[in-house]
Formats: sequence, C-alpha cells, structure tokens
Amino acid sequence: MSDRVMKSYRFREERETDWKQLEQIIQRAESRGVGGLSDQDMEQLPGLYRQAVSSLSVARSISLDQNVVAYLETLCARAYFFVYGTRSRMSERIAQFFARDWAAAVSAAKGPTLLAFLCLFGGALLAFFLTLNDNEWYWTFHGGWDSRNPNATYDELRATLYETDRNIVDMLGAFAAQLFSHNSGIAIFAFALGFAFGIPTAVLLIYNGVYLGSFYAVFWQKGLAYELTGWLFIHGVTELFAVILAGAAGFMIGGAVAFPGRKPRMQSMREAGEKAAMVIIGAVVMLFLAALLEGFGRQLINSDTVRYTIAGSSLVLWLSYFYLPRRRTGDRRD
Amino acid sequence: MTDTAIPPPNAVEEGKRRRARIRAREAEQKRVRTLVTPEGAALNLKISTFGERLGAFVLDVSLQFIIMFAIIFAIAFVAGAMNFNGWQIAWAVAMVLIFFVRNFYFIFFEVGRKAATPGKRALGLRVADRKGGRLTANAVIARNFMRELEFFLPLSVLFSFGADGVEGWINWILLIWCGIFVLFPLFNKEKLRIGDLVAGTMVIHAPKVQLLDDIASAAPKSEVTSVIVFTPAQLDVYGIHELHVLEDVLRQSTPEIKRNVANRIATKIGYTPQAGEGDVTFLEAFYAGLRRHLEQRMLFGQRKEDKYDQR
Repeated sequence: MSDRVMKSYRFREERETDWKQLEQIIQRAESRGVGGLSDQDMEQLPGLYRQAVSSLSVARSISLDQNVVAYLETLCARAYFFVYGTRSRMSERIAQFFARDWAAAVSAAKGPTLLAFLCLFGGALLAFFLTLNDNEWYWTFHGGWDSRNPNATYDELRATLYETDRNIVDMLGAFAAQLFSHNSGIAIFAFALGFAFGIPTAVLLIYNGVYLGSFYAVFWQKGLAYELTGWLFIHGVTELFAVILAGAAGFMIGGAVAFPGRKPRMQSMREAGEKAAMVIIGAVVMLFLAALLEGFGRQLINSDTVRYTIAGSSLVLWLSYFYLPRRRTGDRRD
Repeated sequence: MTDTAIPPPNAVEEGKRRRARIRAREAEQKRVRTLVTPEGAALNLKISTFGERLGAFVLDVSLQFIIMFAIIFAIAFVAGAMNFNGWQIAWAVAMVLIFFVRNFYFIFFEVGRKAATPGKRALGLRVADRKGGRLTANAVIARNFMRELEFFLPLSVLFSFGADGVEGWINWILLIWCGIFVLFPLFNKEKLRIGDLVAGTMVIHAPKVQLLDDIASAAPKSEVTSVIVFTPAQLDVYGIHELHVLEDVLRQSTPEIKRNVANRIATKIGYTPQAGEGDVTFLEAFYAGLRRHLEQRMLFGQRKEDKYDQR
C-alpha cells in the first residue's frame, strides 16, 4: 500500500497543517497588524515561515501538483513581506517624522534649498524692476482679469488688503478654496518635474517669482509696499517656504539624475527620491498650515503690526525647527 | 512509434499550437522576478501586467469618486436634517474632506499592511520594493506624488484649456505628454511607471491561492482505483503540460468536458474502460498514475515537458 502513495502526496500530508497554521497567522497579521497576534503566534511564526520556505523549494523539485506549488509561492511571499516588512506602527512613524526625520531631511538639503530660493526670488526681483521701469511688463505676466493691475487707484488696491466684514463663513470658504489653489499643485509639480534634470522645476519657480514680483511692483508704485508685505507674508512665509522646499525636492531628484557619481543612475535617483519624498510631504503639511493662516489669520487680523509679528515669528520658528542642531535621541533604536 | 498507427490529422496545426504555447510560457517566465530571501530560498514574484495595473487604477479612481460623492451627500443630508442653512460651511467642510481623499487615498492604503489600494487588492496586486527590501513610507509617497505629474496634471490642463479652443496645438502636446507617461510601463521589462522608477518600487501580482484537496488523494478509495493499472507505455504518452491541463479539467469543468477528455485519453492510450466505471473515476486514476510516473522521472532528472518531448 505504502508503495502506491506518491512521495509528493506524503510530503504534502506531513506539512499541510503547518502551512495552514502559517496562513492563519499571516491572515490575522494582515487584517489586524502585529497587535492581533498572540505571544504563541509570534513564537511559532519564524519556525513556520522557514519551514514553508523550504517546503516551497522541495515542492518545486518533487511535486507536479500545480495547486500546491502556487499555494506555497503566494503563502511564502505573503509571509516574507510580513516577516521582513516594516515593523513600526503608523502613529510611531508619524511621530518620528515630526520629531526627527523631516527636519533632518530639510537641513540635509541646504544646497538645493538655496538654489530654489534663488530661482524664486531672482525671478521676483527681475520682474519687480522690469515692471517698475515699464508697466507694460505687468501685462506680459498677468491676464487682464485681475482688478489689481497698474490702472487701479490707491484706494481700490488698498481695499483688497483689508477685510471690512469679517464672517466665519467667508473664512471657511477662503480656507477651503486655498486648499485647492494653485500653490499646492505647484509644490507637487515642482517635485514631480524634478526628474527632468531639474530644469522644469527651475522654470516653474522662476515663473512664480515673476508673477509675484510684478504684482508687488504695482503696489510699490502706489506706495502700498508696507501694507502689501504684511498682507502677503502673514501666510506667505510658510507658503513660499513650502514652495521653495518643494522646488528643492525637485532639484534633489534632478541632481541625482544628472550627476549620479559612481552609483548607477537608477539607484542614485531612487535614493534621492526617498529623501525628497520626506521634504515634499513636509511641504504639503506647511501648505495646509498656510491655508489656515490665509483663510482665518489674514481675514481676522487687519493690523499691519500683528501681521508682521506673525510673519516674523513664523519665519524664526521654521528656521529654528529645520536648521538648529538637535540632540539625537532616537538613534539607539535603529 | 505509436503515432504511425493513428496518423495525426493536422500535424501542422498541432505544431503551431505547441510553439504558441512555448512562447506564451516564455513570456510568462519573463514576468517572474526571483527574489532570494535571507534564508537563501528563492521566491518567484510575478510582475503585474499593464492591463492589471490599468484596471486597478480605474477601480481606484472610481472608488475615489464614489467616496467624494458619498461625503457630499452625507454632509448635505445631515445639514438638511438639522435645518442648517450655512451651505458655505457645509461646502467648506466637504472640500477639506475631499482634499484629503484626493491627495492621500493611494498613500494611506499603500503604506498600510497590505501595501495595496482596494483596486489593487481586488486584482491581487501589491506594491513591493524592487530589491526585496522593506517598502518605506517615503517610497510610497514618492511614487504617488509622481502620479500627479504623469496623469492628473496633463488631464487638468487639458480640461482648463479645452474651453478656449484657441490653442489647439497645446492640447495635442498635452495629449502626447499624457500618452508617453501613461504608456511608459509598456516599454520596460518590469512594467514600471515613472513613479516606480523614482521610488524604487514595483507592482507584483500575488493573488491569494486556496490550498485545494489533492486530486490523487480524493480519488475513490483504493478498491476501484487499484484495479485500474496503466502500463508504463500508456503513461509515457503524456507529459507535464497535459498533466496540468488534466488537473484543471478535474478541478473546474463540466461533466460533458470530462467525458470528452476521458474518451480522448482512452482512445489515445488504447485503454478499454471496464464495465460500470465512471469518467471521473478513470480520469482521477489516470491523473494519479501519470503524476506518480512523471514525478518519478523528475526525481531522476528527466522532465518530460509535454507529449512531444521524447527523450
């Protein structure tokens, strides 16, 4: 009788219960996380995993049962992804991002950040002086639909800077609209376009600087520069910083593609992509804060002094958060 | 040879079919990436096809739309039920929620334990690191923000310009741009899109497989089966491919197909069915016999791939 039974069948019969047990553990782990596993499960998992992996290589060479081989292939892959997959919880990861990783990534990218800063403000300065010399330049950069153009009067321009009726509903609306405004889009594209050697990123930053500079020149000519700066920078510090960081992320990838050094180009890009992703997700957080400041802060606060105070303190806050050296407490864990 | 007794009616046709099958198998082999685990065992991961990924993407986008509409309707319903008139507030709240759905849907699901969005899960796909390391949150973020550039940017610009109709050529450039990025996965072996390239990820096809009963064990308990004995010559007619086809037939086909297959096998190997013997009984016995025979040969290093493989 025993001669009649196939080797592959006996092989399967002996190990089947262990495979099933591993599958159940993985199933639980996938739906409820590591927390869903009992101590006993954790104890058994490594042994069961190693056994399944070795079963797979045996099965490939002795069994012609397609179903068994396919089952073991997927079971081992799932177990592998779990055993060697990421360990930390979502909340831990978020906490670590704010405590350490974000600032570390930003301060490691000083060069690209400076480059992005120069692109944005270089474009702004250029457009500012061009428009001061000749108002016709304004129309080159802006469409005709904006009422804040060189033909507007002092009073008209001034009225756009201060809110007379403050209504919570309008603020919420302004905040929501801000979320979908072009800034968050620009930040993401400045990052995503980086892989073409960073050139589109530079163009995008310069173009935005030009837009800003020519706009500024209009108010400057009417003697409203002081008021405009307060209006702009109460949220603009955060927002423009975010755009610059997004541009820096784009330059990081562009630089990695253009100058991979000794590494293969793919690997270089991938390593830069990892770091740049951290900078860009931070930029999205900053844009969200900027939208809050713009939606509520700018409508609520009409005093220039307070606006300047907020702008200045937010700048100090961001700079010290990113660039001040900090004690490295979390290093022991890795 | 036995083939001289029954001359194959359309040998050319069969040859073509066999070559097509071999080509298909080679194409399938190309999809497989071998990953060596730290234990030294090889795992075969299958790269997902362009079609699968497109399907998953369409599912995910539809699901996003459904969620967005659900949010809007839920807020409208609640606001209506409470006789609340601040429609602007309701609108703003909805916009904030939609902002999160729009930007973090993919990231949220791919960072999770299953490393797959609902659309990917439905098609048995998951995101994995290209080198077999752990999939980091940063990689997921990078690959998903790239999608904005690959797909949503050209599309949104297309719609905003489309209204003017003046700059038709810009539309064409954008369409070409969109086409290049969307079709990019078709032009590399690992079916990577730009986002995968930057993030160092790939998308693999790893659907859950149920462990089914072994057909050889499910065969009617030994009394009948042991009566049916096949000669080595009869078992030498077929190869591994035919064995696998037979496995599929036994697992998932109708009685008529089983009858046809049983008749064809019986004719081919020159076997006369005994009285009162069912088709399934015969097929299962033959499957068990053939598998034992082929597995034994495999242990001696002879893989008989199909019935044409005469070694």
